[in-house]
Amino acid sequence: MTDSPLPTGSLPTHPGEVALPGARFDARPLWLLAALVLLAFPLIGNGASWLTLTAAGLAMGLIVFIMASGLTLVFGLMDVLNFGHGVFIAAGAFVGTSVLAGMAGWVGSASALQNLGAVALAMLAAMAVAAALGAAFERVIVRPVYGQHLKQILITMGGMTVGEELIKLIWGPQQLPMPMPEALRGAVLVPWFGGEAAAVEKYRLFAVVLGLAVFAGLLWLLNRTKLGLLVRAGVQDREMVEALGYRVRRLFVGVFVAGSALAGLGGVLWGLYQQSVVPQIGAQLNTLLFIVIIMGGLGSTLGCFVGALAVGLMANYTGFLAPKLALFSNIGLMVAVLLWRPQGLYPVR
Amino acid sequence: MTNALSLEGVHTHVGPYHILHGVDLHVPAGQVTMLLGRNGAGKTSTLRTVMGLWPASAGVLRFKGQAITAMTTPEIARLGIAYVPETMGIFSELTVRDHLVLGARAARRAEDLDRTRLDWLFGLFPALHKFWLHPAGKLSGGQKQMLAIARALIAPCELLLVDEPSKGLAPAMVMKLIEAFTELKRQRCTVLMVEQNLAMAKALGDRVAVMDNGRIVHTGAMAELADDEVLQQRLLGLSLGVAA
Repeated sequence: MTDSPLPTGSLPTHPGEVALPGARFDARPLWLLAALVLLAFPLIGNGASWLTLTAAGLAMGLIVFIMASGLTLVFGLMDVLNFGHGVFIAAGAFVGTSVLAGMAGWVGSASALQNLGAVALAMLAAMAVAAALGAAFERVIVRPVYGQHLKQILITMGGMTVGEELIKLIWGPQQLPMPMPEALRGAVLVPWFGGEAAAVEKYRLFAVVLGLAVFAGLLWLLNRTKLGLLVRAGVQDREMVEALGYRVRRLFVGVFVAGSALAGLGGVLWGLYQQSVVPQIGAQLNTLLFIVIIMGGLGSTLGCFVGALAVGLMANYTGFLAPKLALFSNIGLMVAVLLWRPQGLYPVR
Repeated sequence: MTNALSLEGVHTHVGPYHILHGVDLHVPAGQVTMLLGRNGAGKTSTLRTVMGLWPASAGVLRFKGQAITAMTTPEIARLGIAYVPETMGIFSELTVRDHLVLGARAARRAEDLDRTRLDWLFGLFPALHKFWLHPAGKLSGGQKQMLAIARALIAPCELLLVDEPSKGLAPAMVMKLIEAFTELKRQRCTVLMVEQNLAMAKALGDRVAVMDNGRIVHTGAMAELADDEVLQQRLLGLSLGVAA
């Protein structure tokens, strides 16, 4: 059907026989991930530990991805550098802690359904608060500084400092425990060669499943809906999308709010991962988020995903192999990636 | 004759630069108006000002009698003004299909596109059908230009702004574009087109406006300018060749 010049039947459903060079999906960044996982194996030496660390790395990476996905789209769509993104994480984490503490009965219950219900409620509450905070943050702090990067950096950082102090005012400056529900405590033993068994914490599996679900949902939204089409087009050329009659500004507010909600969700997940929350959680994670989105290619969701997994794996492997290098390792990884691809793993423009 | 679009004393500043110095331009409905002039004369800036991408700092712009001076770009586009920028505005990661879905605001998916219109566009530009699911970044320059035009035409528009469609294209491709625009002309589509290719301007234009230094310095019938070599020399610094 592709060779008929004047088609009247259905539209083509596959790219046709014409091979265009380079039209194929670029899988090399995925090989980087595989290489990282495989390279760690002989270094760690012990299969069971390797599996445990890999599971922890994937869980951490997926949580970081949930937090960073909104940030990268906000930059891609409106060129906004939001250094205050961490405040949504912190707000989500603290709201989640309060909800879980308030539902101690369900959290400690023997019923897995009640356990998961408590976690789900904590997440929904965290997302709602983070979304509302995001909407206010966009209106009050971000909107007056559109197109001015330096001012964006300064004022969004200021916004985060204010947010952090407000959290201290409400919840106090000390570290709070994040109660882990019964059903998510403990580990599953995965049999490994030679009789050894690898312990993989249940919560990490839970975080991996949830993270993959969020990733799949985002991919569906971005690739299968008109809304996603507008976001992808807007990231490449905002002006043209506006000239086609779409209100990119409004779309951006939606993305900002959704990204804030995801950061709030990530805050709950991170709190549970660490089993405690501190008011500085936002500032601590901010650096990591920026490493991830710069490494991935600013504006790219897939790049953000690969970058987050790489960072999560790297942090866990080096944390085990050379704890003193743990902080440096992620920056080192970013430097290496940028030397290879200066525009990031998946450049968008 | 009613004007689809009119600009009265329009000034545009971009940052510290004063680019348009009081443009007066009238685009009659149902005709093709060519906007000619040397590089830097302000042709592209005029189109961008109409679209609200560089808002006018003084003067009035009207579309079918309604003032659009203070409107935002999406509002202007929603009045039925379609735009093909000089840069073509192609989203290299998106497929040909995605571009046409974006061009039709009411369509959520390719299946919602108006089939009659789509088949008409496929007839004008067969390459778009051939590369339907390919990323647009892989298309040739001419194919990208066709895609940009098709995207502007997939939904009915009241006014089409086209910025240098022949730029950088091979002569055979330019001939194809002329064919496609001739078809549009037959449909009494209102067009304002910036062109440097004088053969194309002559083949398509009903009216012509010539710009220099951010002002309109000549308006009239295209045929009149095409027949007057002295005028061409004076306005454009070159000649179309009267005989053709």
